Amino acid sequence: MITGLPPEVLQALALSLRVAIWATIVSLPLGLLVAYALARWSFWGKGLLNGLVHLPLVLPPVVTGYALLLMLGPNAFVGRWLADSFGIIFAFRWTGAVLAAGIMAFPLMVRSIRLSIEAVDQGLEQAAATLGASRLRCFMTITLPMILPGILAGTVLTFAKAMGEFGATITFVASIPGETQTIPSAIYAFLQVPGAEQIVYWLVIFSASIALLAVLISEVIARKLAKRLAD
Amino acid sequence: MLDIDIKVNRTGFHLSAAFRTNAGITAIFGPSGSGKTTLINCVAGLVQPDQGVIRLGDRTFYDRTKSINSAVPKRRVGYIFQNPRLFPHLSVERNLMYSVTSRRDMFDQVVDLLDLLDLLQRWPRHLSGGEQQRVAIGRALLSDPQILLMDEPLSALDRTRRDGILNYLEKLRDQTDMPILYVSHDLDEVARLANQIVVLDKGQMIAAGDSERLLSDPSLLPHFGLHQGGSVISARIRAHHSEGLTELDSEAGRLFLPRIIGEIDEMHRVQIRASDVILSTQPIDQITALNQLTGQIETIHLGGGPGAAVILRKGDTRLMARVTQKSLQHLRLKVGQTCHAIFKATAIKSAGRAPRQ
Repeated sequence: MITGLPPEVLQALALSLRVAIWATIVSLPLGLLVAYALARWSFWGKGLLNGLVHLPLVLPPVVTGYALLLMLGPNAFVGRWLADSFGIIFAFRWTGAVLAAGIMAFPLMVRSIRLSIEAVDQGLEQAAATLGASRLRCFMTITLPMILPGILAGTVLTFAKAMGEFGATITFVASIPGETQTIPSAIYAFLQVPGAEQIVYWLVIFSASIALLAVLISEVIARKLAKRLAD
Repeated sequence: MLDIDIKVNRTGFHLSAAFRTNAGITAIFGPSGSGKTTLINCVAGLVQPDQGVIRLGDRTFYDRTKSINSAVPKRRVGYIFQNPRLFPHLSVERNLMYSVTSRRDMFDQVVDLLDLLDLLQRWPRHLSGGEQQRVAIGRALLSDPQILLMDEPLSALDRTRRDGILNYLEKLRDQTDMPILYVSHDLDEVARLANQIVVLDKGQMIAAGDSERLLSDPSLLPHFGLHQGGSVISARIRAHHSEGLTELDSEAGRLFLPRIIGEIDEMHRVQIRASDVILSTQPIDQITALNQLTGQIETIHLGGGPGAAVILRKGDTRLMARVTQKSLQHLRLKVGQTCHAIFKATAIKSAGRAPRQ
């Protein structure tokens, strides 16, 4: 069946999945760290960090994309430095799509993990400490299992957001078929082409099915976790 | 031995306490907000004092001048919180064995003592409050602590469970060399369990010392409660009588009280409320009250109101009576005078086995 699909659809689907999976994998540990820091630590510049993390949520995506282009574009200072010293190039590459999607989804990841950390009864962590648990053991055996539903929700949201990110992505990395043309970019591009409705329909079906599937899977896991934690 | 001398200064709250305790139960007694929990949190390391030292045996938990403040997990305290704080995602058995220093060899013994066998495979959320608290006690004991900290552990339990755990705590008190700090505002619990008492009020340490001495200290009566306060006396069980009474031998004379549980010759503690005691300058025969103890007036403490506390002493035994100042004047009671304390059998409350000396 898949072989019968237009190659443009498969290309966009594969790229979107790759971008969304990488964006999720990279932002998960970082999001966990930032969420923990915002929930538990007090440090200088906490307000600033919180603002920065949430900025993509309130800025027009096209502005975020343009800001990335200004910073990491081929002629921008940081972009050139990264390219010259490490050979890392983001602009107009699929890695740039990962970055754009990751940044746009990051506030969602941080928010849901942070809320779940704040909901953890710190009395339990104190109890673990009095029972001789080091900070690491306490986090791994008490905090982490209790915030798992929040982490899961954050992961699903991030994945779905990364699958659907459009504005920042197209501004930062354009819409190059096979390199940066994700499903949303492809839908937009093929809507301009007369007679390409077939491709658009397929892209919409895949986009909607993946989103629905992600929500369903997370719902099932969340229910199992919730059952373990409380009645 | 636990050695504490600390000051905590927080906005709106100050705590200052200095005392030493050995093995056995030291009750931290005081009204809510007096700093009891803060005090044991300092010992656990959950609250950092602003000044002073905390030492347990040869280990220093905290020393401001030497900048020592050992981490909570390193202190090896067994903390039983007011609410059980069981880990909801772990079974009872895994809760019990959570500590890395868990004593596997003591597992059966603790499970047996706290009657936990039927609970092991269950989840904390399916347990009643009393069951949860028993698991929490077991978990703390199994972590092989060097000191036990208990924050009103019985406040959530019903009467029967309380008695069961009180019995167990008595055993623990008399069988281990581990110091136990027991936070409570319940005078009956304190009278029953404590070897020593630390009295706190509004963050100030009012008194610290031997339990029986402090409970019979008239100047502390306002803190223990004018109506509830009274002496705690250790006495030997002499006989259980068929009329439903138990007879005890105390230094100041025989005591009769409604039947209690205990072996003949066992040392037992009884509590006699100061406001239940009548004083007489002469022995009285024709009276229904069964108990008459004789001693010399050691102290007369005039309160702010119409009342006064009189301490009768015989040997090391002290009995407090709360009478009116009017009666004092009428009988012309004076320090050193021999006096008889009269009270009904039902005025004596059993306070459990006496702690080992």
